This record gives sequence, structure tokens and C-alpha cells, in this order.
Amino acid sequence: MRKVIIGNHALSYGAKLGRAQVIAAYPITPQTEVVELLSEMCASGELDAKFIKVESEHSAMAASIGASATGARTFTATSSQGLALMHEVLHWAVGARTPVVMGNINRALAPPWTIWTEQTDSLAQRDTGWMQVYAQNNQEVLDSIIQAYKVAEQVQLPAMVVLAAFVLSHTTETVDIPEQEKVDDFLPPYELEYKIDPDDPHAFGGLTGPDGYFELRYIIQKAMEDSLSKWAEVGREFGDHFGRTYGLVETYKVEDAKELIISSATLASTARSVIDYLRGKGKKVGLLRIRVFRPFPAETVRSLLSSVDKAIVIDRNISFGSSGIFYQEVKAACYNEKNTPPIFGVITGLGGRDVGEKDIINIYEDVMKQDEPKSDIIWKGVRI
Amino acid sequence: MPKKSDKKIIFERVKDMPPLAVSLYTMDYNKTGSWRNVRPVINYDKCINCMICWKFCPEPAIDAEKFEEDGKEKYRPAINYEYCKGCGICWTECPVEGAIYTEEEAE
Repeated sequence: MRKVIIGNHALSYGAKLGRAQVIAAYPITPQTEVVELLSEMCASGELDAKFIKVESEHSAMAASIGASATGARTFTATSSQGLALMHEVLHWAVGARTPVVMGNINRALAPPWTIWTEQTDSLAQRDTGWMQVYAQNNQEVLDSIIQAYKVAEQVQLPAMVVLAAFVLSHTTETVDIPEQEKVDDFLPPYELEYKIDPDDPHAFGGLTGPDGYFELRYIIQKAMEDSLSKWAEVGREFGDHFGRTYGLVETYKVEDAKELIISSATLASTARSVIDYLRGKGKKVGLLRIRVFRPFPAETVRSLLSSVDKAIVIDRNISFGSSGIFYQEVKAACYNEKNTPPIFGVITGLGGRDVGEKDIINIYEDVMKQDEPKSDIIWKGVRI
Repeated sequence: MPKKSDKKIIFERVKDMPPLAVSLYTMDYNKTGSWRNVRPVINYDKCINCMICWKFCPEPAIDAEKFEEDGKEKYRPAINYEYCKGCGICWTECPVEGAIYTEEEAE
């Protein structure tokens, strides 16, 4: 069934189709509609889930971890300040190996108070061990939630599906909502190996000394590495079931490309139409959209960059004192590669400042005039 | 499978371990009674067996001990000094004056 829905409701339908059993969430702009619809679904009986009202995002994540530790499929959603408040328990979800699935709407952090889009909130959580997927449209939001459950449950790590505030969260698009039976076939109920069970009592997360903790961290990293191929597999399998195939990255006209524009989420979908325009002008430019950010698809990125003369990473985020975060990751992935081209890092659109096609054309033309990057940040659109 | 010494479970390799800290160790070997400065003592002449101390003991270092009275099997609190840290919650919560009193540790 095709419906015209906002990105927030694409998250709700994803959780519903994934048959989430426990939903614990606290409202925050621009996420509120996600849980509004889910609470209505729970109240009407359309969705057979326990809806837990909580007093904060920290509690929302704590409740989600508790529910997930019993083997229940769990969903929550937040944004910006809410995600920041969850930070402590985000680490807990990973260490406890609970496959919680969460939607995060990318909103810039305060102060000053703001509600518009920027990726720094979710990227600041990159070292927690959460898997992260950046969606470019509402269809991908819904589809990624279903895939996230499948991957998360296989590797026993939590996953967040990330979308841009307003640009997706409040924008209506046509979304194909798959039939429940088809989703059930793709995503069967799962059995958690180590779970809270009154008939088989255990201590969870108890004090562990230096003689045990180190190994547990190694195991998490191995699970994260395994998840890379799982995302690719599950994305292909999703295509077999529903006709829409997903990868770790999405490429556009890269086969003969001399230059590569690298970005993520909705910025990348704007960049795609720019590629067509520039190709029309005879430029050999392609697009690399990084969809799965954690685990980082370093090998894919390396091999794509090895065949181009220049790469431009466009970030709507900043790590103060360093540079754009996707830029750091791309550079780090390529550093030991012999054929690495010059990589230019552009920061633009912070705090939701609009980035249109003209801006991306301008970025491209500007970089084409330079042989090597002069600094780690090329600022675009800021009135200096 | 992990080895068990008299003190603790020993994981030799990653493959011996569960993926998360689920019952990874028992802390039984850690005899926390050695931390104690003040020693609670139950005066069974005054104790009414309400078991409030047993409920509140956070360690838990108060066991429910079986005993016979008037030919009936009953329970009363008994302090396990191997683990009691002397936190004082039991004598704070005890509703009967003098049913739990404290002594300075001799050692």
C-alpha cells in the first residue's frame, strides 16, 4: 500500500511492521510525531506493544535496554538534546548487547536553542558502539528500520536510523508500506541467547575487573566488524523481498568518474541532481553516498577513491578543533592507501541553513580550482 | 568452558566468554566482612523475627535461619559476618530498641 507520509511516520510504520513489542519514548521536537502515532497505534490495538511513558530520554533508553534484555523487540526515537541525554545509557545498550532499534532526527545542539537539522548530535555518539544508518528519503527510513532489526538481532548490537530534521521528518513523500505478512517473512521473531529469565536467573553487567573487561571490548569490535557484511547481506535480501536493494553506500555515475562528491543523508540526494547537471556540462563527476556510517565501510570507500583524481566530502556537522566528521572518517580510511587522491573537506549547512543545488555546484567548482586542500575545512555558506 | 578455581571463574580466551557480562563472575570469593569497622549483633531475646533487617540488608549478609520454637519451624535473621560490611542499615531499620546492637571490631 502506498501512502503519503512524513518521515517521522515512516519511522512509526517501520517499528509497527517490525512488530516492536515495547516502545519507550519521550517527546522532543522534531521527533514527536514518531511516538504520537505509535502511542495511537498501541491505544487502538493496531499494534500489540507495551507503550511506556517515561520522564526523560535517559529513562527511555534505560527502559528500552531493560525490555530488550528480556528478548522483547524494542523501539524508541529521539533527537539532539534527547540523544545527548541518553549518552550514558547508549554505551550501556552496547555493553549489554541489547539489539535496541532507535530513530534519531538530526537536529542541531543548543545553545542557542534551535530545532533545525545538523548531524553533530548523532555523530557525537559514534564511539558508543551503536550502528548508524543515514537515510536520504522517507522510504529508506521505513525500510532501514526493518533492516536494522534484522542486523541488530544477528550481531547483538543496537542500531539507530538517522534522518534530517524537517527536510525528512516533516516532509511528506510517497512511501510504499509493505504488507505485514511479507515483513514477517523477512523478519521472523528472534530468540536472544542471553536474556533476563526468572526461570534461569543470572547477574547482568556485574562488576568485571581488568581480567575480563578487555576481552568483552574485543568481542564488541568483532561483532561490529561482522555487522558490515550483515548490512550488505540484509540490504540485498530486502531487495529480493521488496524490490528495493540497499548497500553500505550508494554510488551514482562513479564508473568513469574523475572526481567524487562524498556526502550522506539528504545532502547526498541534492548532490545527485547536481551530478546530472555537471555531467551535462561534460564534467566526469560521480557521487558516493555513505549510508552505513557505523560500522564504517572503509574498504568500499578506499576502493572507490583509488580510481579518482579528487574527492570532496561535504559535511553538515563539525567536530570542534578538528573538522567535518565524515571527512575525518574518509581520510582515515584512505591514509595507508597508495592511490589516495587529494581529499577536500567542506562544512556547510550547520544549524539547518539551506544547502541547494547551486551551493553544491559552487563547492565543486571551487574545489576544481585547487590542486591540494589548503586546510581541513573549506567553509561554505557562512558569512565570514 | 571456563575453569573454576576456589576463588573465581577464569576465562582463558575470548571463546570461553559469553558476549556480555552475564554471570561472568561470582563475587563470593570477595569476603567483604574484612571492610567492617562496626559489628552488628542480634539480641535474640529482644528480636521479634519481623525480618525487616533481612529485607533491607543490601549485601545481602543477613540470612533467614531456620529454628524451632514450641515444636514449630520458624525463621529468624542471622548475620553472615563473612560478608557483612557493617553499613548500619539493619540497626537503623530495626523497629525494636536494642534488638540489634553494635560493637567495635576487635581486630
